[in-house]
Amino acid sequence: MYPAEFDYVKVSSLEEAISLKQQGDENSILAGGHSLIPAMKLRLSTPKKLIDISGLNQYKNISNNGSHISIGALCTHKQCAESDVIQQNCPALSDAASVIGDPHVRNKGTIGGALAHSDPQADYPGAILALNATMVVKGSSGGRTIAADDYFTGLWETALGEGELLTEIRIPVNPMNANSCYVKFPQPASRYPYVGCGVALSSSGGNCSDIRVGFSGVGEWAFRDAGIENALKGQALNSSSIAAAAEKAAEGKAVLSDHFVSEEYRRAMSKVFAKRAITKVS
Amino acid sequence: MGKYIGESVLRKEDPRLVTGEAKYLEDIQLSGMVHAVVKRSDYAHAKIKNIDTSEAEKVPGVIGVWTGKDFEDVNPMPCAWQAGGVDNNANTPRVLEIDKVTFTGQGVAVVVAEDRNIAEDASSKIVVDYEELPTVVSAEEAIKPGAPQLHENAPNNICMEWECGNQEGTEKALGEADVVVKEQLVNQRLIPSSMEPRGAIADYQPATEEFTVWMTSQAPHVHRLLATAFVFGIPETKMRVIAAHVGGGFGCKIFLYPEYCLVAALARKIERPVKWMETRSENFASTTHGRDHVTQIEVGAKNDGTINSLKVTTVANLGGTLSTIAPGIPTTLYGRLLSGTYKFPNIYCGVKGVYTNTGMVDAYRGAGRPEATYVVERALDLVANKLGMDVLDVRRKNFIQTNQFPYLPADGITKGLTYDSGDYEKPLNKALQMFNYGNFREEQKRARDEGKYLGVGFSTYIEACGVAPSAWIGVGGEGWGAGLWESANIRVHLTGKVVVTTGSSPHGQGTETTMAQIAADELGIPYEDVEVKYNDTLGTPFGYGTYGSRSAAVGGAALFNAVQKVKQKAVRIGAHMLEASPDDVVFEDGKVSVKGSPDQAKTIQEIAGAAALGYSLPEGDEPFLDETAYFDPPNTTWPFGTHICVVEVEKDTGSVMVKKYLAVDDVGNVVNPMIVDGQIHGGIAQGVAQALWESGEYNESGQLVSGSMMDYAIPRTDCLPSFELDRTVTPSPTNPLGVKGVGETGTIASTPAVVNAVMDALSPFGVTHLDMPLTSQKIWNAIQS
Repeated sequence: MYPAEFDYVKVSSLEEAISLKQQGDENSILAGGHSLIPAMKLRLSTPKKLIDISGLNQYKNISNNGSHISIGALCTHKQCAESDVIQQNCPALSDAASVIGDPHVRNKGTIGGALAHSDPQADYPGAILALNATMVVKGSSGGRTIAADDYFTGLWETALGEGELLTEIRIPVNPMNANSCYVKFPQPASRYPYVGCGVALSSSGGNCSDIRVGFSGVGEWAFRDAGIENALKGQALNSSSIAAAAEKAAEGKAVLSDHFVSEEYRRAMSKVFAKRAITKVS
Repeated sequence: MGKYIGESVLRKEDPRLVTGEAKYLEDIQLSGMVHAVVKRSDYAHAKIKNIDTSEAEKVPGVIGVWTGKDFEDVNPMPCAWQAGGVDNNANTPRVLEIDKVTFTGQGVAVVVAEDRNIAEDASSKIVVDYEELPTVVSAEEAIKPGAPQLHENAPNNICMEWECGNQEGTEKALGEADVVVKEQLVNQRLIPSSMEPRGAIADYQPATEEFTVWMTSQAPHVHRLLATAFVFGIPETKMRVIAAHVGGGFGCKIFLYPEYCLVAALARKIERPVKWMETRSENFASTTHGRDHVTQIEVGAKNDGTINSLKVTTVANLGGTLSTIAPGIPTTLYGRLLSGTYKFPNIYCGVKGVYTNTGMVDAYRGAGRPEATYVVERALDLVANKLGMDVLDVRRKNFIQTNQFPYLPADGITKGLTYDSGDYEKPLNKALQMFNYGNFREEQKRARDEGKYLGVGFSTYIEACGVAPSAWIGVGGEGWGAGLWESANIRVHLTGKVVVTTGSSPHGQGTETTMAQIAADELGIPYEDVEVKYNDTLGTPFGYGTYGSRSAAVGGAALFNAVQKVKQKAVRIGAHMLEASPDDVVFEDGKVSVKGSPDQAKTIQEIAGAAALGYSLPEGDEPFLDETAYFDPPNTTWPFGTHICVVEVEKDTGSVMVKKYLAVDDVGNVVNPMIVDGQIHGGIAQGVAQALWESGEYNESGQLVSGSMMDYAIPRTDCLPSFELDRTVTPSPTNPLGVKGVGETGTIASTPAVVNAVMDALSPFGVTHLDMPLTSQKIWNAIQS
């Protein structure tokens, strides 16, 4: 690779990383590097300094503390895909992790890096929204939490503040999240989703008592789909109610087009994959 | 045949390749070597008004920055294959463009620096002042009145207009046909994407005025000839070209690129070795592309399925300038293949080669023949569809019959070349033993009732490879600017160990192995005793290189003939050692023995020793066993076969899944079945990829929108099923080995098989044709309407 010149620091504490990040916006955090380094190769990204946090081992754990699943921000996609805790309590997340990139990407890329980068075509956000996750972030003035619904704010943009780092992702432990999935229709070259749809659903007596639907890849940033949720909540779960709800997919949302697919097709596929995802957990 | 030929001998190349010891161009470091980075045009069509290099020159570590004006004494690249018998309004690139660019990614300046990073930094500081000109990227648009004009000598952007066959007769037959099918077939632009991009390193010795140039090359001797005699105007003896290990080419490394000559010019200027290695982004934009045809077909048929006429008119996009052999691809290698395996009585093909503001288009695996096979095999299905006949019945009805060989296709479309040998029913029948067609049609019907859309497609193809008879293809014939024979040298050293050198230039084909098999069998020695050397103009006999599936059929034949010369000399020396007359001895199993007395024998190793020592030789014989042969093929070879593809189309999404792929190929005698199967596997993958995924696309302003691996969909293993392969063997009479080429058959055959299968799957929706790539969106749209 032939990037522009940059400095490199491997930090030994989160505080050190936060302080370096605050020294300049042109300093970039390096976790798994699987989005940042390709951008640097093409000189689309020209950080002055790389702050390598990959040695901070305390952020590489996945655990169940009863009320929520705690996922360290430096957990790799492979860890998330293969974790029993995640597969049992929030399978939408392991589904999403297992279809990111290829084995090389999954071995190196991290969940925190992916969510901080907030690529509109990334897989995690659809699942994160469906699972009603909470982002734990730390900055120089201490920590705070951000609900998934408030986290994705624009194209490549998140609610992370200047000098704040994402340290942990929390997924509530509940029957709805245990009954979740993520399905994906990949673009043939990049394998990023044309459409990625995460769904968490609870039911009682054959009726949908609650549902959360998140889409990746469809719009300029990931979004929750209230149209589908409202259409299905309280309804009997059957193929016609699911199909009718799925028809609402991405309604009123701006949908992306590119040289592979048109807006019309992507919108239509959002319906198809919403239907598949909902059917899978119904 | 022998102990090794016909066996899946493990490849000699593999130990160094799989252990990473093989040295590719990027691995080569010379003392004092500096690094070049090419500044490329951001515009597809623009005048270069001024280039300001001052800021770049100030970057510490920069040795110099040069523009096209600094190389006015270096000639433009030659176009070595101009379409035969017609005017070619040739425009070729310079080492760096001076006045104007005609596609995005052309070189306009170069930085040389102590290291690559510095050169990249400095390159970004070069300021080019362009005057933008209107662009045209579609060849059909480029020939319309009022289109932007790229070159003064090419009115309406036409490089050449070429034709073959009989227009009048074909028009007349179309008028007499019971049915005529008309269709537009687009064969989209492809980007070769070899794993190793292009690169070159040049070293120059001022005292002797000699260059040594390492290149990513499929044809080092040709590159030397073109670079010296045409570009620099120096004797070819003043340059040595070495092709290191080459990480794939698929055709794109046949050509002499501006950058290869640029590094040589720079090395001469600064008297230090200069290295240039392109990035993947540069590879997408500036290395040659393939295909890009828009074709109108008219096929006339009788009600019984007999095709009486095929009329083809094609507009071929050649890009902004001509690459080395660009005009030959959509003419000779395309039009002359349009009879397929069928006895079409009337054929006409007219081709316009057109300049557009896009990257150069030249040979890519199959080169012209995939485009022709696509036309023919799609035409057969369209006729069957129109007549309500089975696609196989129409094929069988029109097959050339075994008693018609050697077959001369109608209307002189092959310009005198006959199909060497063939039996087209045989691979079809064998394939149908592997695939139960009747059962499939029943399964297809059942599946449709369940909302599943299965389809089967056939391709009963022919191709021409092992190019080519020199006089036929050469200057007075098809316009190729040289010969196309091949060479081999064999030396049997004192201990009986053998070194073969070949003018072929393999880059992944396994030729080192297959040549060793040929030499070992013919001499009756162990395979391990043969070393095969290649890819260096110093120490190998002149050869035209590796492409066009020619290294076994032409290069292998040259080696076979060289070994015969060694054997003849060995017989004389062996007879002398046995105190017998050469007429009374035989060469068998690596020994020369007295006829009828097998115990009275000398091994080839003993004879080689005697020959190398030279103490006692037959009168008139020189020491050493060292022979060279040059083989000019009397004909190309004509492989054929049947490919069958089964797909399922998902109605909801339009996605295509390849469920089954079966191929029965006839490539004549087989030297190494494993290598042949490997070639077919790779070829099928690339051919399927054209049908379903790959597409090189420019936007209207001439920017390549499919310019990265994120945007250009090459196939991955999980996209494809396990292929089921078998073969029939119809030896070629055109060479002493009886082999036909195999490097491109998979690519040539597979594309129409896949498209035919998808159209079959879509038949319930009334869809008869869609253009490639058959993306899910395209299919979904077709199903919706």
